[in-house]
Amino acid sequence: MARNKEVLLLLLDVGPSMHSVLPEVEKVCSMLVQKKMIYNKYDEVGIVLFGTQDTDNELTTEVGGYQHVVVLRNTKVVDGDIVEALQQLPRGTNGGDFLDAVIVAMDMLIKKFGDTNKGKKRICLITNAQSPIKDPYEGSKEEQVTTIAKQMTAHGMKMESIIVRGKLSQDENKEIMDENDRLLNIFSKETSTRLLYVEDPISLFGALKTRNITPVTVFRGDLEFSPKLRIKVMVYKKTQEEKFPTLKKYSDKAPQSDKFATHEVKIDYEYKSSDDPDIVIPPDQRIKGYRYGPQIVPISTAEWEAVKFKPEKGVKLLGFTDSSNVLRHQYMKEAYVFIADTGNAKAGLAVSALARAMKEMNKVAILRCVWRNGQGSVVIGVLTPNVSDRENIPDSFFFNVLPFAEDVREFQFPSFTNYPASCQPNRQQLESAANFIKMLDLAPDGEKEVLLPDFTPNPVLARFYHYLDLKSKHPDAAVPPLDYTLRKITEPETDLVLQNQSVIDSFRRSFELQGNPLKKPKRSLREKINNEEGKENITAPPANLIEYTSIKVEKIGDSTPVQDFEAMISRRDSPDWVLKAINDMKNKIFDMVEDSHEGDNYTKAVECLVALRKGCILEQEPNQFNNFLKHLCNFCKEKNLQSFCEYLATKRVTLIPKTEAIDSDATDEEARSFLVKSESKSD
Amino acid sequence: MRMDIEDDPEFDIFRDEDEDPDAEFERENDSNKEYVVYLVDASPKMFNTSCLSDNQQPESHFQIALSCISLTLKAQIINKSHDQVSICFFNTREKKNLQDLNGVYAFHLPQGDYLDRPTARLIKDFDNLQESFSKNIGSQHGVLPGSRENPLYNAIWVAQALLRKGSAKTVNKRILLFTNQDDPFGCLKGAFKSDMTRTTLQRAKDAQDLGITIELLPLSSPDEMFDLSKFYVDLIGLEGDELVNFMASTGNRLEDMKDQLRKRMFTKRRVKKFKFTIVDGLSIELNSYALIRPTVPGSITWLDSITNRPLKSERTFICADTGALVEESTRRFHPYKNQNIIFSVKELSEIKRVATGHLHLLGFKPLSCLRDYYNMKPSTFLYPSDEGTDGSMCTFIALHKSMIQLNRFAVAFSGSSSRPQLVALIAQDEVIQSGGQIEPPGMHMIYLPYSDDIRLVEERYSDTSGVPKASADQIKKASDLIKRLDLKDFSVFQFTNPALQRHYAVLEALALEEDEIPEIKDETLPDEEGLARPGVVRVLEEFKTSIYGENYDEESEHGTGKPTEASKKRKAHTEFAKKECESYDWGELADTGKLKDLTMVELKYYLTGHNLPVSGKKEAIVSRILTHMGK
Repeated sequence: MARNKEVLLLLLDVGPSMHSVLPEVEKVCSMLVQKKMIYNKYDEVGIVLFGTQDTDNELTTEVGGYQHVVVLRNTKVVDGDIVEALQQLPRGTNGGDFLDAVIVAMDMLIKKFGDTNKGKKRICLITNAQSPIKDPYEGSKEEQVTTIAKQMTAHGMKMESIIVRGKLSQDENKEIMDENDRLLNIFSKETSTRLLYVEDPISLFGALKTRNITPVTVFRGDLEFSPKLRIKVMVYKKTQEEKFPTLKKYSDKAPQSDKFATHEVKIDYEYKSSDDPDIVIPPDQRIKGYRYGPQIVPISTAEWEAVKFKPEKGVKLLGFTDSSNVLRHQYMKEAYVFIADTGNAKAGLAVSALARAMKEMNKVAILRCVWRNGQGSVVIGVLTPNVSDRENIPDSFFFNVLPFAEDVREFQFPSFTNYPASCQPNRQQLESAANFIKMLDLAPDGEKEVLLPDFTPNPVLARFYHYLDLKSKHPDAAVPPLDYTLRKITEPETDLVLQNQSVIDSFRRSFELQGNPLKKPKRSLREKINNEEGKENITAPPANLIEYTSIKVEKIGDSTPVQDFEAMISRRDSPDWVLKAINDMKNKIFDMVEDSHEGDNYTKAVECLVALRKGCILEQEPNQFNNFLKHLCNFCKEKNLQSFCEYLATKRVTLIPKTEAIDSDATDEEARSFLVKSESKSD
Repeated sequence: MRMDIEDDPEFDIFRDEDEDPDAEFERENDSNKEYVVYLVDASPKMFNTSCLSDNQQPESHFQIALSCISLTLKAQIINKSHDQVSICFFNTREKKNLQDLNGVYAFHLPQGDYLDRPTARLIKDFDNLQESFSKNIGSQHGVLPGSRENPLYNAIWVAQALLRKGSAKTVNKRILLFTNQDDPFGCLKGAFKSDMTRTTLQRAKDAQDLGITIELLPLSSPDEMFDLSKFYVDLIGLEGDELVNFMASTGNRLEDMKDQLRKRMFTKRRVKKFKFTIVDGLSIELNSYALIRPTVPGSITWLDSITNRPLKSERTFICADTGALVEESTRRFHPYKNQNIIFSVKELSEIKRVATGHLHLLGFKPLSCLRDYYNMKPSTFLYPSDEGTDGSMCTFIALHKSMIQLNRFAVAFSGSSSRPQLVALIAQDEVIQSGGQIEPPGMHMIYLPYSDDIRLVEERYSDTSGVPKASADQIKKASDLIKRLDLKDFSVFQFTNPALQRHYAVLEALALEEDEIPEIKDETLPDEEGLARPGVVRVLEEFKTSIYGENYDEESEHGTGKPTEASKKRKAHTEFAKKECESYDWGELADTGKLKDLTMVELKYYLTGHNLPVSGKKEAIVSRILTHMGK
């Protein structure tokens, strides 16, 4: 695997003006080396410091000069020593001359590797480029830099530079900085590498790629417009999640004395007959099955191969469309980038022409892609232009996968205008919201954008590697708190908040969240039921059953008998509540009917009766209700209260028939005619 | 060289789902079952009223209802096969239902229940139902003057009885009512009419009181709008504004109507409910919904190939050093500096806990800052929870409005336990087209990459000597081309997934034990006819000439690029293997069973030499060689 071995020299400015950001430099560089120890353990790393008090490098001994440049570690295969050295960089006392350091670094690489390792030798410069570089013995600084850069390219070296500026550096001598910037730009151009300016600690942390991944093409071939026009392209992943490392399961079963123990845990899967759990089914007796409704359809791999969808490899254009026809939230996956094939200059022109025309016209292209032979699916996606404003970086396209009809769930949501007036913001509130948005601006004019994804590191990974190193020294160390710099990714920037406290306060005041429970715009029982799952009930629950259950009703009162009954019957802390609720309700109804004067209680009694009926159906106790209703009617007849029975009949309260509750003894006919009959009898 | 499978997840569409707790949550929610009774009016009016479809074929309201139900059933069998359904017709000549009520015909399979899980057979029979309908079920006028019959009343009663099973707490119960008769009791008069109306409404109310939702899917025709106010407004309980909105969304055109029906037939299922902290001391309750997620073929169940009975899989943990069975360990390790660094599971989850709270607002940026490659996975839709307060709703609406007006999106940190990350929140305005909601109002949460996740591809291909950039004329020619190849009505969801369609067509055919597997039309193929139109061919040619000059063909043949270092090496390796391969007597080795004594490197000579895959364990490789030799 040493084939892709990289040699990296870190050129770090430790001069006084850099002191404030050195902790960040230490963190990011040590993480870089740590990751190399895990993922690229044959890579070599060396450290050159400049702006130091001391001087220690071979060139100074050989030819003199090159003051304040210290070779802290010559290049060597990554190890814990380098990590440690990077974790405690010395603080320098002089303004650093980055060009001296670059020459020292180049000399080291040439001496050690000569012309070998072409393209795998990298110099990474981190500085604020605030100190002037010395005038050369002959020619201009520009000429000198150009010569050096050409030398670098000739030896197959690359140099990337991360320049710390803005809030992170006291803006000193603008003239010197401008000159240095010009010189650095020459390096970037000549060696075709990155030149980055960072203005906040997070970006400094994120600017340095800590893991080198050689990209692999997803597809290399024709972008087909028609059978007669094909453009040679290469497709790569543009984004790809760097996953949290997969850790192995640890077994401590091996004896302590066993030095060669792997401590690994193997996982074994066995497939057992569902009839007899003792029978293990061997792999050749297993067959795949797919669910289709309640059925499981068995189908062997060979059969499946024969019938499955087999599209032909290729990337085809379906057409162009207005960019507004594709919405940003419809992107489905990680993004790709389409680049013209390097071997084909004309393809580069074609891509450039199309990208530029698409950008001008605000159009996107829709493609159908089958990346490789044997792929069992097609991808529909949108191609958007990525026009480069740098002359040495080619124009290209980004590509994002779009959903198929099957992938979209067209849920309907109420319009905001359907909500009552209390939900609609007034003018003052809108104004305060607009101010709030303008104030919490992460990309203010003329300043670098904050939290730019390209420069924002994954705090979880950074924390993991930090902890890993800590544990290698102190196995029992606790998880360290999240780094102060990284915390700015997860929380609002305190400075920004403090500067604008008044706007925030006014925003908060405008939207004091005391309000009333939301009145839903549309009545829907289903939603009400669904909402009961909600775990955190921060606001008051809606006035339905939950409220009553939480109070734990123990008896049915006079004021709200129906609600009391519903609450009681749905108590689940004991099965006895159901019967108690039914019996209490029965008594209550009896009381009401009996105490009624000229039917003044009838309405209430019927309400209770309806509730009782519903409860009995829900709890599958239909006969409790039926017997009661019969009993009640008889009772009324005896007590000369037929008026109640008549009233009942008009309200269509019937017995519970079998169709409504399976345990009922009453047929539909019986149920319907029950009151009619008792009426007619009373005639 | 190990192939980077990770690099290409769609390598196999049948891959296992990532262990995403969000997805799990969703699945859990999906286990939240639904029982649905489709009530279809079968009165003669349903057959007599028709709409013209796009290809000018008249389609009756009855047909529309059936085809919508059929589509829904197919979706249900794939996505929510634990749901139970029943299809009942009312205003029928024949009757068939548990209560033996007149004018109601419950359609079901002889071997199934009235309310049952949808099966391939049910869908098939249902699709064929239309032809035999008049013979076996028959249409009939429902309510007639002088008759005491009330099929609508009966239908709701039958549906309610079917939905008796299952507790209303765990199952969503719904009645979906398809009709084009806005005034079912219109032919009646006086007390008789009011009595019928009252009893029917009471029936519906009773059903609703039992936790059953009744939803109306009115079918109207251009010359006769469905008038809700005549009767149904009371049945489904709409008030004021809702009424206006409800009617606005029952479209005119056939396609719109179908669209609307389809949308209404699905219930919303939320993924999660959480707090969105805007500033300290001010947070609002949001629900999240997965509006767009890749639909993948269902997971594989292993079966015993002899009995076709599902197998139970059992997982055991074995200590690799001692071979002893162990409990699932709570400790993990990672090699580092020649030692094994041990972590407890608790420590690992602690590492991932980098934020308090679920979603924390960090600030706002102009929409132009959201680059096209800032995307990791499908977005999630956010809508204020109806358990919040009106104040919370008001805050959301105010932010939503202002963000749209100022053209900004919000940046927030989402502290989920699986992958805490930065997200962009884009305010989406409601989009209504021909009466239907195309885009709901709310915010879309887009998951942003970290710098660790972004690859510098373009930079890799930078060239110090400059790279080709198109001239103004070439750009002009490209513009002409783009204008010609314009997809005017492109909509993102217009294509069905051919792989998935094929998958289910195969399953359906196998489930029904049919011999033929129906061909699936691949809608994703380019429009070849369109591309052959002279106008298109001309702009293509002009563009081609402007870029490639006259000798495009030459360029495309020779210009495949120089072989890369890797491909040269691969070629050399293959040739070497072929040579080496010849120096073994493979037949002899196989016959004497000595293949297994060779080293893996030696065995791979054979595989490489014969263009066979070289992956797998030794056992697999030996058996692959034997198979290839025909032994």
